[in-house]
Amino acid sequence: MSDALYQDTLLKLAKEAPRQGRLEPNDASVRLDNPLCGDRVRLDLRMNGPRIAELAHEVRGCVLCQAAAGVIGLQAIGLDRDGAAALAADVDRVLGGQKAVCDTLRCFSPVAAHRSRHDCVRLPFQALMEALKEK
Amino acid sequence: MSLRDQFPLLAAEPALHYLDSGASSQMPAFVIDAVTRFETTQRANVHRGVHRLAEAATAAYEGSRDEIAHFFGARREEIVFTSGTTAAINLVAHSFGNGLAAGDEIVVSELEHHSNIVPWQMLRERRGLALKVLPVTDDGRIDLSALDRVLTTKTRLIALAHCSNVTGAVVDLERVVEAAKSAGAAVLIDGAQRVPHGPLDIPALGVDFYAFSGHKMYAPHGIGVLWGRHERLEAMPPFLGGGDMIRSVTFEKTTYAPPPTRFEAGTPNISGAIGLGAACRWMGGLDWPKIAQEEMRLTGRLLDGLAKVPDLRVLGPLGLQQRIGVVSFALAHAHPHDVAQILDRHGVACRGGHHCAEPLMERFGLGGTTRATIAPYSVDSDVDALLDGLDEARRLFA
Repeated sequence: MSDALYQDTLLKLAKEAPRQGRLEPNDASVRLDNPLCGDRVRLDLRMNGPRIAELAHEVRGCVLCQAAAGVIGLQAIGLDRDGAAALAADVDRVLGGQKAVCDTLRCFSPVAAHRSRHDCVRLPFQALMEALKEK
Repeated sequence: MSLRDQFPLLAAEPALHYLDSGASSQMPAFVIDAVTRFETTQRANVHRGVHRLAEAATAAYEGSRDEIAHFFGARREEIVFTSGTTAAINLVAHSFGNGLAAGDEIVVSELEHHSNIVPWQMLRERRGLALKVLPVTDDGRIDLSALDRVLTTKTRLIALAHCSNVTGAVVDLERVVEAAKSAGAAVLIDGAQRVPHGPLDIPALGVDFYAFSGHKMYAPHGIGVLWGRHERLEAMPPFLGGGDMIRSVTFEKTTYAPPPTRFEAGTPNISGAIGLGAACRWMGGLDWPKIAQEEMRLTGRLLDGLAKVPDLRVLGPLGLQQRIGVVSFALAHAHPHDVAQILDRHGVACRGGHHCAEPLMERFGLGGTTRATIAPYSVDSDVDALLDGLDEARRLFA
């Protein structure tokens, strides 16, 4: 089961996650912790009206959390709150064992069987929604 | 029968390398049978009924208190059943804490479990107290040389872990008690990680309160004990109100039962208490000097193996003096959750995360560690499987 969990696509996504680091100045900045395992995500957003113009993320967490932040780095530019919510809902779909709409999320399919790891994937998306709430 | 064979789950899963006893130990058949016997032949509520089953349940429940008291060299009135260590510490924070005043000080250490930090922070907010913190040395021990600096005439309580749930370091209680006595302070010890590793004469430690959980010492979940020196408990008001903890109730005035009942409001975890009593009886029949020697041999084997893993840092004492077999480590470039997941693939069950000790993680600049715990049922192959798994984790995440 773990073999599938750590497939090359996911490891590559975690390692090469686009938009790592901090964004200064920013319009919104959120830090979220997972109280159970200590994973920590910081997400900075720069907005163009209601849409995300630029972003950066900093993750102190596991490979799943890093890869999930990588998805945001790849997919979230140009999204407004509804678009981000749709992406987060797609994550829930994958973790629920269903097929993702977004191709990039499909490498998370094996995580569905590991309930204790779902929050690792969700944390960056929760940070994204929190950051958009700030706006 | 080997010790491992006395544990049905381990006997049924020969390929399992269970190194997560620091979180929850396994239960021997002896304890499981005692709980099953109660549930199938004696189940009833305690203290109130006069029918045969109620009498049997009360006798079994109070008999367990006797067994626990006997095992720990204590008086039965000093054994208060709680749901675990956390509840026991919260009880003291409320009942003992009720007698504290603004400006009084409580001392904890940087390596405490959250359950020995947060109740004191909550008390601080309620009563206007100060919380002071003993630092931790680079090898993961409480730095007792700071006691002189931290203790003052306002110190009312020192609350420390007997053994760290992260570094495995054992604190020098003699030194703590001596310093506390000089300052006129009480001492509370979180013994959750100490009690699974052999008998202990708690009153002889010289402390005032000692808290521990059943589920780490081969008993069911949801049961634990607050041991309190009788005169301390006698002087404390109740924590929770309800049935069983009273002497008489009128709308004008309620009077309370003496300890330990004063602190056991409501229907208790009867089968848990019976399981804990059985666990004490089971532990009392073991050859602990031999087990302790074996636990240390395996801890040494683990530490030696970890020392050979590149880019790995052990958080805690590297030697075997004054430590238990709780061993935490951090592998560079690999998150403890990912390491624990790979170890699971090798049949190794261990814990990854901050272990409810975030201030300690902060002290060492880490988000978390992977933790393995050596228990009486641990064997060489458990340690070897962990080391093999680490090899794979390094290859995968480097």
